[in-house]
Amino acid sequence: MKQFISFVIKESRHILRDKRTMLILFGMPVVLMLIFGFAITTDVRNVRTIVVTSQMNPQIQAAVERLAASEYFTITTTVPTPKDAELLIRNQKADLAIVFSKDHAIQFIVDGADPNMAQQWTNYATGVMMNMQGTLVNSKMLYNPQMRSAYNFVPAIMGMLLMLVCAMMTSISIVREKERGTMEVLLVSPIRPLMIIIAKAVPYLVLAFAILITILLMARFVLDVPLQGSLVWIFVVSTIYILLALSLGLLISNIATSQLMALLISAMVLLMPIVMLSGMLFPIESMPTILQWLSAIVPPRYYIEAMRKLMIMGVGIQEVTREITVLTGMTLFLLAVSLKKFKTRLE
Amino acid sequence: MMIMHLIHKEFLQIRRNGFLPRLIIMFPIMIMCIMPWVMNQEVKNIRVDVVDNDRSTRSRQLVHSIEASNYFIFCGQKPTYQAALNDIETSKADIILVIPQHYSRNLTQGRQPQVLIAANAVNGTKGSIGSAYLSQIVTPAAATIQSKVDTLFLYNKHVNYKVYMIPALFAILLMLMTGFLPALNIVGEKEKGTIEQINVTPVSKWSFILAKLIPYWLIALFLITICLLLSWLIYGITCQGNLLLVYLLAMLLALFFSSLGLIISIYSDTMQQAIFVMWFFVVCMLLLSGLFTPTRSMPDLAYLTTYVNPMHYFIDAIRTVFIRGGNFQSIAHQVLALLCISSLMGIWAVKSYKKNN
Repeated sequence: MKQFISFVIKESRHILRDKRTMLILFGMPVVLMLIFGFAITTDVRNVRTIVVTSQMNPQIQAAVERLAASEYFTITTTVPTPKDAELLIRNQKADLAIVFSKDHAIQFIVDGADPNMAQQWTNYATGVMMNMQGTLVNSKMLYNPQMRSAYNFVPAIMGMLLMLVCAMMTSISIVREKERGTMEVLLVSPIRPLMIIIAKAVPYLVLAFAILITILLMARFVLDVPLQGSLVWIFVVSTIYILLALSLGLLISNIATSQLMALLISAMVLLMPIVMLSGMLFPIESMPTILQWLSAIVPPRYYIEAMRKLMIMGVGIQEVTREITVLTGMTLFLLAVSLKKFKTRLE
Repeated sequence: MMIMHLIHKEFLQIRRNGFLPRLIIMFPIMIMCIMPWVMNQEVKNIRVDVVDNDRSTRSRQLVHSIEASNYFIFCGQKPTYQAALNDIETSKADIILVIPQHYSRNLTQGRQPQVLIAANAVNGTKGSIGSAYLSQIVTPAAATIQSKVDTLFLYNKHVNYKVYMIPALFAILLMLMTGFLPALNIVGEKEKGTIEQINVTPVSKWSFILAKLIPYWLIALFLITICLLLSWLIYGITCQGNLLLVYLLAMLLALFFSSLGLIISIYSDTMQQAIFVMWFFVVCMLLLSGLFTPTRSMPDLAYLTTYVNPMHYFIDAIRTVFIRGGNFQSIAHQVLALLCISSLMGIWAVKSYKKNN
């Protein structure tokens, strides 16, 4: 046992001596939270609008003033013909043009490059123009009344960073020792080879928990993301996920022969599918069926779903049993495979 | 003359590394084939639960129009709001529509009965767009207004999300290939020890750095060509503007990222450090560039950062050329900015390399 502890201490010293990586590891969640919390939003603001009309009359003037008064639109200029408006939009001097023609028909010419935003712009513009009195609809946004995008992203950031730290850093650390030749020195020591590898994983486990706590604290106090669910279950599910990521790291370190390879495998095979297919940035329901099946074997997808339910929706543990079972199953499978492939000798 | 030999050496090293050439060819192809299908932020297939307290012909018509709509999947009718809320909690539904009692009677009498739309807004965009679509179906007045107002979606008549995302993919691929590979280059040599051998030769700093940068520019050219080809072959989406402008922008961005990679590489001692620092910069630049979310929606403080973010200029410019068919005049401003920032980076890369520590 004492041998094991001394190995763990050795590994921790290695990690702590690399100040730059530590800085990035703790700085990254902070910066990401700040960006997602404050900079990234899909709110409708500052929509540059052009008014197209060959002559001004009081009705058009009134409509233009209504638009200018609303906080969504900024009237940039008035042009006589739709062609001029199209040119301005093409040169990115404006986003939307409203054409008032003689027979009181109104046409919107909108930059359709970003379909979602274009739809939102026309929806808002229609609303302002028509000045609808009294609505037949009462809209309620559940769990996230202000529609803050932070709520959606915090679980995603957790999933990505924990996978990054545990899988990528663990595998690189093990492969680096093999490359440098210091692995031989470790293997001839009296400790069992498997214990060496586990001793390497333990500091990264602790690091992962530290990062998890940082993210949760920042989310709660800086971004005001409510932690509705029980903290205990959040930690339990996160522990399962961290163990899964660590076993993935071990597996990669068995396969890779050089640091570059370990890095590229974790980056391309792990991180790319995670970012694309886990439902982090792009909704899974909008993907074609094949990709939806592919996303079923991406572990972060279940973790991010479980975290969204636990943290934002505040549901009980019964709702996430499916995700927990899948995650546990994957962890056991990966552990079994990596232990089987583990080579006691260097060749 | 020396520089030709150095470039030759770089290419030989890339070729001999078994993994890299395959990566350079397969990765862009894989990304171009899969990503446009994935990068779809379209709001579709929203599951609706209806709580119908009225059960009149009018309310049943409403339910039928929801069933008929392409955006919604009718999930079921529930007896109470609580039961429907339960569905949202267990992820069986995304949005609830509650029709109040006497809905039909109040409508005919000219009063304005309110329906309740409760949307799961954990994903804010999905919640707001979903409830907007549902409101349009519910409000007959809005429907007639929509037909009075004509909307023309420029450049994207079929409202296809792929058109918006494919230029973004160019940016991401360029960033990954010409950013990470140079970052690993010099650090790899430092770790192996071969950097000392180059340091004792009379090779000048300029030739050394240029020789390291040029292969990645050529890779960038190759990358863009493949992407344009694939975009035309698989999705039928072609560049509306001048292709030469696309190449110009790509080369400027490649210059920036390869210089950034080299600078990070020069300042790092291990591969792990280089990768993490690069990853950090890449993620920040990507998120703040207007690729996924519009820069106009940013608060003013965050908007200031877009002035020094080359990704932002690149994304704006390439979308203008590719989707909107702009010419050089439309993107002159962005080209100038990219030129300044990239050359600054290049000069920094050369100046920061020290042959003796």
